[in-house]
Amino acid sequence: MIAVLMQLPGAPEAQDAIGGPGSPAVTPDVTWSHLAPMLIMFGGALLLVLLGALLPRGVPRHVASLGTALVGLASMASAVPVWRDIVDPTEGPTAALAGSVGVDGFSVFAYWVIAAAVVLVALLFHSYLAREGLEGVEPYALMMFSAAGGMVMASANDLVVLFLGLEILSLAAYTLAAMHRRRIASLEAGLKYFVLGAAASAFLLYGIALIYGATGTTKLGTLRTFLDTEGVADDNLLLGGIALLIVGLAFKVAAVPFHWWTPDVYQGSPTPVTAFMASAIKTGAFAGMLRVLVVALPAYRGDWRPVVETLAVLSLFGGAFGAIVQTDVKRMLAYSSINHAGFILLGVDAATERGLSAALFYLAAYTVMTIGAFAVVTIISRQGDGHTALSDLRGLSNTRPGLALALVVFVLAQAGVPFTGGFFAKFGVIAAAVDAGRWWLGVAAMVSAVVSAYVYLRIVGAMYWGDDEGEAIEPEGEPVVDGAVPVVSAPPTRWELPLPRTAMVVIGLCLVGVVVMGVFPGLITDLTRQATVILG
Amino acid sequence: MSAMLAVANADLPALLPALVLVPVVTGLIVAVLPAKGEATPRAVALVGALATAALSIVLLTQFTRGEADYQFVVRADWVADWGLSWHLGVDGISLFLVVLTAVLFPLAILGAKAGHQPRAYYAWMSLLMGGAIGAFVSLDLLLFFACFELVLVPMYFLIGRWGHGNAAYAANKFFLFTMFGSAFMLVGLLSLVFLNQQATGRLSFDVIELTSSQAISTGAARWIFASFAIAFAVKVPLFPVHTWLPDAHTEAPTAGSVILAGVLLKLGAYGLIRFGLEMFPEAAHWATPVIMTLAVVGIVYGAVVAAMQTDLKRLVAYSSVAHMGFIVLGIFSLTVVGLTGGVIQMVNHGISTPALFLLVAFIYEKRHTRDINALSGLQSRAPVLAGFFMIVMLSSVGLPGLNGFVGEYLSMLGAWQTHRWWAVVGVTGVILAALYLLWAYQRVFHGEPTGDNESMTDLGWPQRLVMVPFVALIVFLGVYPAPVLERIGPSVERVVAQIEAHSDYEAPGVPTPPEASADHGGEGEG
Repeated sequence: MIAVLMQLPGAPEAQDAIGGPGSPAVTPDVTWSHLAPMLIMFGGALLLVLLGALLPRGVPRHVASLGTALVGLASMASAVPVWRDIVDPTEGPTAALAGSVGVDGFSVFAYWVIAAAVVLVALLFHSYLAREGLEGVEPYALMMFSAAGGMVMASANDLVVLFLGLEILSLAAYTLAAMHRRRIASLEAGLKYFVLGAAASAFLLYGIALIYGATGTTKLGTLRTFLDTEGVADDNLLLGGIALLIVGLAFKVAAVPFHWWTPDVYQGSPTPVTAFMASAIKTGAFAGMLRVLVVALPAYRGDWRPVVETLAVLSLFGGAFGAIVQTDVKRMLAYSSINHAGFILLGVDAATERGLSAALFYLAAYTVMTIGAFAVVTIISRQGDGHTALSDLRGLSNTRPGLALALVVFVLAQAGVPFTGGFFAKFGVIAAAVDAGRWWLGVAAMVSAVVSAYVYLRIVGAMYWGDDEGEAIEPEGEPVVDGAVPVVSAPPTRWELPLPRTAMVVIGLCLVGVVVMGVFPGLITDLTRQATVILG
Repeated sequence: MSAMLAVANADLPALLPALVLVPVVTGLIVAVLPAKGEATPRAVALVGALATAALSIVLLTQFTRGEADYQFVVRADWVADWGLSWHLGVDGISLFLVVLTAVLFPLAILGAKAGHQPRAYYAWMSLLMGGAIGAFVSLDLLLFFACFELVLVPMYFLIGRWGHGNAAYAANKFFLFTMFGSAFMLVGLLSLVFLNQQATGRLSFDVIELTSSQAISTGAARWIFASFAIAFAVKVPLFPVHTWLPDAHTEAPTAGSVILAGVLLKLGAYGLIRFGLEMFPEAAHWATPVIMTLAVVGIVYGAVVAAMQTDLKRLVAYSSVAHMGFIVLGIFSLTVVGLTGGVIQMVNHGISTPALFLLVAFIYEKRHTRDINALSGLQSRAPVLAGFFMIVMLSSVGLPGLNGFVGEYLSMLGAWQTHRWWAVVGVTGVILAALYLLWAYQRVFHGEPTGDNESMTDLGWPQRLVMVPFVALIVFLGVYPAPVLERIGPSVERVVAQIEAHSDYEAPGVPTPPEASADHGGEGEG
């Protein structure tokens, strides 16, 4: 199966660098332009922090929002020439920084998705921070750091770099979750995410250590060659390492049974941050997972495949059934994101060119669907960011018909309704699963899609004809919004739901994205197909 | 994306795309109209629907008789490396379903009003029209699937938002039942495409190509046929998976019931022919006993349950279960006669059942009840209504000389040729249909008007005008079905030939050409 992926020898300097402990330090030759997307993202974050510290009055909010969006756009633009070089048959994918960073189609596609998420969420932040009266450039800077970490993960060609990326991504994300200082739920979400995330990172790191112990390398390409040609006589250590690695990554992509943090963190975090988590962080984590499993460990496919399949089935049904019993829209979308993770795992499991391409398409489509949905939820949540119960959607079709219709499009796209991006996303991964001989996984996925469709229909019903269950009170034992906001509420009036211009831009862009991907999926599949050219 | 446009065998290449796009564009225009009231959106939607109906008449007149293959074919690449294309065409089987859809929508818009949120209502109606026509003319398996799924959304909103009583429950049930069925179909169709690719080396979702290649193994074909059959059985609906239908029909607004019964149920039966019999001839033949049995159970069960209803709308809904059973019985008889009967019965049921729903709605408008026990003696107060109701009801019963007879007779004839005992049981459905419909008619229209029924008034002119086309079609198709039969015939013969070529099935040796069948309809009249 892997044979379909274009195989390329590791860059020569990569071989040098792992030559042995005794060899002198080599300063690798670096094509900086190939790293520009990441560097721009890091640089933007540093610049913003610097300006925030140096300017006496701080950075005005619109400068920060616009600046962040521009950094995201610049990062996307700078990836275009890199893409050209890669798809150019005379050049092809390369490894940079002593073979530790893969510059291939896969990385660049992930850069685009992550940077697009940064652009959209930066605009969403603008109105959100103004409404919540939060000052400072930190949210923007942290988001860019986190995104840069995701980019590092997506292009990691070395397990240590993968860990580095994961930590940059995560540490910024923990802080982002706790960004809303006056909301207890937000602080709780940050703490919960941090404690559990740190444990997951520890698993990942220990896994890397075991793999290094078993094979003597952390480079993905070398690891692959080593396992293909020589192999290890006693692979218990290696299998243990792979298992721990999968645990760490499964935590980040929120796959069942490592998903327990997701509903609480998604619900408690500021809504734009939730949008960022569901899009950019998921993309980074899945990119990392694909790279490790597909690039480095094809020799052990027989071992990790049942594990991934189990995770996929558990996530599909855990997410779908978990969402049914929720009464909070953010928690519903959190569980639905677990269900989506299950779908993407189908693409990972197939591990074919078709599977990789489908997983990337899914990530791109899910990014616009979920940011769009959370953008609507951001507006609905009103000041205090607490009005996210299903009952808060009551009457939205009358007060804000356009907003209601937008949410309908986003949730029905997530349900996989035809002529939306979600349809072809599901189509792609199920095609990959069927093609790889896993038709029963496809059936399971589709059945879970029907279950989660009920959840989306409940959201629609609550907006249009009042869902009885929507009136239910928050279940006990879950984080309740802070005291500043009344928990029981009447349906909001038009006046209580202002439509900030930047948020409308985000919703509009996401709508266009969802529909274009649904009608002309070829535009994206042309890219995802080429993005399966992975550095071996 | 390549915009390469390959036009084959078509004088009017823009006709089919226009049939799909006119309603869709109308829907989008209605959605953004600035007007507040109901008049403007209704007028715009009506104009769009009438334009589509006019296009469908052009389609009907330009259709070449005696041609079995697809006509008006247009094809353009959609996603080339997935083998997807925008591939449209009609043959004798889909032709009348397209025309039926295009004609029913204007009547449904004329026959019932939204009441509230008119813009959204008419926008959904128009989009539903585009989606339904799209499903009937798709010659790409995934495009068909997409349209088949897409029609759920407008109908879901129509039921949930403009329905009565427990509408939210009915809407959810409708959506989830149908989606559950199609869940298997998606996996099935992907399996088919990839297995076909392994055998032939070509990745294609093209219906014509997949139908003709027949490259996959018998075992796989049976499994994939089963996955398709589940999706279509839910939609038809066949007996054990029919439970969404009475709820959806009863709670839906009038236009919703009209379209659901007239058009959406036909998607299932159409799918069984096009993507069942034709695509998996061997598997369809293999599954015949099971499906015929379910159809017969549906006929008898639907009729018995209909007889016990006290809600007039629910009665009509259950009668649909029985009538769709006849259609499936005819289709799976695998004979030219039976299939022809099944197809024409789809059209007939698409005329008489929507007409019944409209008449029930007219009664409800005036009496604010559909309870058969609360209604009596309406004939003396509303003779025109009673007259329309009687004609439509008799068409539904299958009285010779009206359209219902032609389809039911041919279906039973086909079933008799290959599956005698199924036909014997099925024919009791005809008797039961007469029983429950005449009984209902008697209770509602005969006798002395009591209580509120005394103040009942007759139909107004707009309502009479809506009913006229229905009655005209009912009589015309009953007396002179030949023009329809001769267009359906060649395509049906192609389907039967396909089954004979790819399985050990042999069609019965007493061929009844469509012309001869047409005479039966004529004889019945005399």
